[in-house]
Amino acid sequence: MSVPAELRYTEEHEWVAIDDDTASVGITDYAAGQLGDVVYVSLPSVGAAVTAGDPCGEVESTKSVSDLYSPVDGEVVEINEELNDDPGLVNAEPYGAGWMFRVRLQAGPGGETELPPGLLTPAEYEELTKSAG
Amino acid sequence: MRAVHERLGATMTEFAGWLMPLRYGSETAEHNAVRSAAALFDLSHMGEIAVTGPGADAALDYAVCGWPSALAPGRARYTMLCAPDGGILDDLVVYRQAADRFLVVANAANTAVVLGELRERCAGAVVQDETEVTGLIAIQGPNAPGVLSRVTDLPLDGLRYYAGAYGTVGGCPAWVARTGYTGEDGFEIFCAAGDTERVWTTLAEAGRAGDRDGAALPAAGLAARDTLRLEAGMPLYGNELGPDVTPYEAGLGRVVRLDKPGDFVGRAALAARAAEGPRRTLIGLVARSRRVPRHGYAVLSGSGEVGVVTSGAPSPTLGAPIAMAYVRTGATGPFGIDVRGKTEPADMTELPFYDRRKQR
Repeated sequence: MSVPAELRYTEEHEWVAIDDDTASVGITDYAAGQLGDVVYVSLPSVGAAVTAGDPCGEVESTKSVSDLYSPVDGEVVEINEELNDDPGLVNAEPYGAGWMFRVRLQAGPGGETELPPGLLTPAEYEELTKSAG
Repeated sequence: MRAVHERLGATMTEFAGWLMPLRYGSETAEHNAVRSAAALFDLSHMGEIAVTGPGADAALDYAVCGWPSALAPGRARYTMLCAPDGGILDDLVVYRQAADRFLVVANAANTAVVLGELRERCAGAVVQDETEVTGLIAIQGPNAPGVLSRVTDLPLDGLRYYAGAYGTVGGCPAWVARTGYTGEDGFEIFCAAGDTERVWTTLAEAGRAGDRDGAALPAAGLAARDTLRLEAGMPLYGNELGPDVTPYEAGLGRVVRLDKPGDFVGRAALAARAAEGPRRTLIGLVARSRRVPRHGYAVLSGSGEVGVVTSGAPSPTLGAPIAMAYVRTGATGPFGIDVRGKTEPADMTELPFYDRRKQR
């Protein structure tokens, strides 16, 4: 199971990569492994407002369906259209071609972008998956 | 077998007190391997109960709703153990291994119930639980006869569907039956528990020998087994079958042999149910959207709820979500399924969703 060091994580098993004012979001290798083969991903629409901790999509696998939560506040600026034809990318490359959506982060009063509190470091996330068994 | 599965990278799951492989890698790939080539399953969790003695045939005729005494030695039948009220306590495969020996294969979660009922109902026969001393390996898929024929002394051409014979596999004594739960040709191999690993390894190696890529006979887990049986329209106890369901509702009235002589447990109730007709009917649904109907979701028609999904999954073969559901008898479509608050349209279809005789 891989937990890349440059990413931040949520307790709901999303990863988030910050590049300037844009956050890319997907689900972790651990989550993909637990779900089994992903067969369909329902993503938010481009332009939709998302709120950290709120569901904004669904991930269907053979055995189950899980809500997809946004790790950040902001506006969806891009979604991974390739998942529509090839949802298996989520299993094959959860941190690469299996990314799900990008969000433009809301600027704070001083123009700076802030991450919501509560995102996990790689070490914290790894700890979480271990305690989950 | 646990070490074998873990070496293969299995994700294990607890099932009816047994730790069993759920999947080894991609369950979709395992599913497709069974449809297009073959795969191996460890089914050691299934219950095996032997009913033996000169009175075994008559005892079983009373205990189950089928007609085991009419089976010739070497033949098998799908049947059910019903309660006095006609409800289903388990669905079973009964093999007549000899004139005075029957092997009853029960679902893992129901083995204790079946054992208890058979002990009570089968006066005049010896009922023994052989689950712990029996291993069960299945090889399923169109390549199964080719692979198995390399490592068994049995002439498989003479072994018909729902027939079984004693022989050897990899030198181990085994009861080899042409049965399965996948909708494909294949075999179930019952052996001594201590021989399970050797039978498995022998078959895995025979599969590799027939294919230069070495991937001709992958291991498949319970996840693939579930989607395979669903495509084949086969019921699963706890989903389509249960104590509140009669065989008629499940579309399996043919397994109730009201034409056999003598009384059997549930006869009066089942005869009444046969006469009045089922209040609900098991149907197949193919979803038009990609959101998957799951167990327990409501089936809608018009503005009302007319039934409930019993099993649902994305079908690798059809490329769409499929489901079995009980609906009020006579309910007509167009049907929808309440998928977490949003109604998704679904088309009723005849079961099974997949029939290998029509595909090839």
